[in-house]
Amino acid sequence: MDSIGVLMACPMNSYLEQQLDKRFKLFRFWTVPDKSLFLASNKDSIQAVVGNASAGADAELVEALPKLEIVASFSVGLDKIDLAKCKEKGIRVTNTPDVLTEDVADLAIGLMLAVLRKLCESDRYVRSGKWKKGDYVLTTKFTGKEVGIIGLGRIGMAIAKRAEAFSCPISYYSRTKKPEINYKYYPSVVELAAHCDILVVACPLTKETHHIVNRDVINALGPKGVLINIGRGPHVDEPELVSALVEHRLGGAGLDVFENEPYVPEELFGLDNVVLLPHVGSGTVETREAMADLVIGNLEAHFQKKPLLTPVV
Amino acid sequence: MATVEEEEPPLVLVHRPPNFNFPFKHRLQTRFCLLDPLDSDPPESTHSFFSRHSASIRVLLCVDPTPITRDLLSLLPFLQLIVGYSAGVDHIDLDECRRRNITVTNAGKAFSPDVADLAVALLIDVLRRVSAGFRYVRAGLWARNGEFPLGFKLGGKRVGIVGLGSVGSEIAKRLESFGCVISYNSRRKKPSVPFPWYENVYDLAVNSDALVGCCALTEETRHMISKDVMTALGKEGVIINVGRGALIDEKELVRLLVGGELRGAGLDVFENEPDVPQELFSLDNVVLSPHCAVATPECFDALEQLITANLEAFFSNKPLQSVVEF
Repeated sequence: MDSIGVLMACPMNSYLEQQLDKRFKLFRFWTVPDKSLFLASNKDSIQAVVGNASAGADAELVEALPKLEIVASFSVGLDKIDLAKCKEKGIRVTNTPDVLTEDVADLAIGLMLAVLRKLCESDRYVRSGKWKKGDYVLTTKFTGKEVGIIGLGRIGMAIAKRAEAFSCPISYYSRTKKPEINYKYYPSVVELAAHCDILVVACPLTKETHHIVNRDVINALGPKGVLINIGRGPHVDEPELVSALVEHRLGGAGLDVFENEPYVPEELFGLDNVVLLPHVGSGTVETREAMADLVIGNLEAHFQKKPLLTPVV
Repeated sequence: MATVEEEEPPLVLVHRPPNFNFPFKHRLQTRFCLLDPLDSDPPESTHSFFSRHSASIRVLLCVDPTPITRDLLSLLPFLQLIVGYSAGVDHIDLDECRRRNITVTNAGKAFSPDVADLAVALLIDVLRRVSAGFRYVRAGLWARNGEFPLGFKLGGKRVGIVGLGSVGSEIAKRLESFGCVISYNSRRKKPSVPFPWYENVYDLAVNSDALVGCCALTEETRHMISKDVMTALGKEGVIINVGRGALIDEKELVRLLVGGELRGAGLDVFENEPDVPQELFSLDNVVLSPHCAVATPECFDALEQLITANLEAFFSNKPLQSVVEF
């Protein structure tokens, strides 16, 4: 299959890159000096695009590649892919569900614990030598806190399962109530926010869920509430969030994603009630390898005319 | 509870560190008469104060880590109960208590969820590099250097719990939900517990990816997480300690961490608090916590309830909670 051209949208994983290089004719999009020129010259040689949470296949790219047959995303999120355009042109789309569910859920809980118990701040406290002068401040218990989940899909359910082990009552918002689920349902995110201590974003990013956490939701969550975002940056109105935190109108935040990665609002750096991570939700050796294998598996299945492993379109 | 006649509130002797007035003292004072040498006016030594009140003292409230020695106990011939303020009782001469038939209660289950939460928080932080990732972001390195190095998955990791008491059980319950595989070592196998039991910590370490220290500190458990145990755990092993610093041979731990012989460590306790080995400060794979596993207001509320309930139970001849077995 080494005559099949695969365009990798950005650097994402060296194991994946190696495997793609071994099996296909790999084009590394981030290394070309002039992207339009590159596309014009190579448009007929590219049959597949591999994208991720940062870069995928928007309408422009799809239009520029007449021979494109499949877009395989190294992520479960599809917000960087123009799904409608792909469907229109008969282009297949795959992602990496399930293999990363646990890691993302683990990190969501890790962020909740780190924010409530001020884990990173107290580590800094020890390293700075301050413990010799006095005890660190009291923090807040996590066990038993009410956890509200926006989006009860695979990741949302995995978060709920873990939070239950800490005796946290679970409530949720999703587009429709799930009758088979025992957790408390709220028909709006504002109501969910008003009734929980910790609000976590775990839904896909679409036009409808853009800024699903807005000023009203942040106000409802309040000065004792904590926001956790392991979804996508644009789920949250970031400037609103920053001012709420800086003005102490929101109790705290654990954020793994931002509207404009890798840029993180520096106003947050001085606060002791935030934890900011560089988009590491699925960032483990084990899971990234499993995700890479899924991308390769989907591409090989497609070009061998076998059923796709994890098709979306 | 109406009293038929005026009764003197029962006497409770208090033994606490100077400069530490435990937060609910004033509420306890509404139900009991607290005798506290550090409040005496004119000032009186603990020794003298204890001796002077010895005839009427049956209960001592001990705020840790003030030690209760054999000498101190000898001043209180009628003492029947020591109410502890912490989960640990290693500051109390238990041999002497056993000899004198003095009951000791500790914080028991009041603290367990908070300690368990911190143990899990430390494990997630070490494996998923939470504190290190936050440092990376704060230093502007995400924009400059790109992707942060990968961490390690929790699911499927074999976690060996050293001491499956109240805290250990809460830790096990939480970690199971992450897909961790639990086994344990404790003095005796617990037949009602589904996890594999190892007779000693070495065997537990051989079969684990992470060890969590959460048992009491006694002569038997001192340095039980030894050089051999940590070597058996291996280069990909993680050590978490929320028990007492001396459960681990700290010098060896530091040497192994500095030498890259362990994957990482999350420590809330140290052998010589608040001194923490400086060599750890420059390590990215270590998370350091200033002995604050129980430092939440909710914990102290639970402790207050437990202590108040135990004092009332004692004076009404009712059964006590969280009695330490020794």
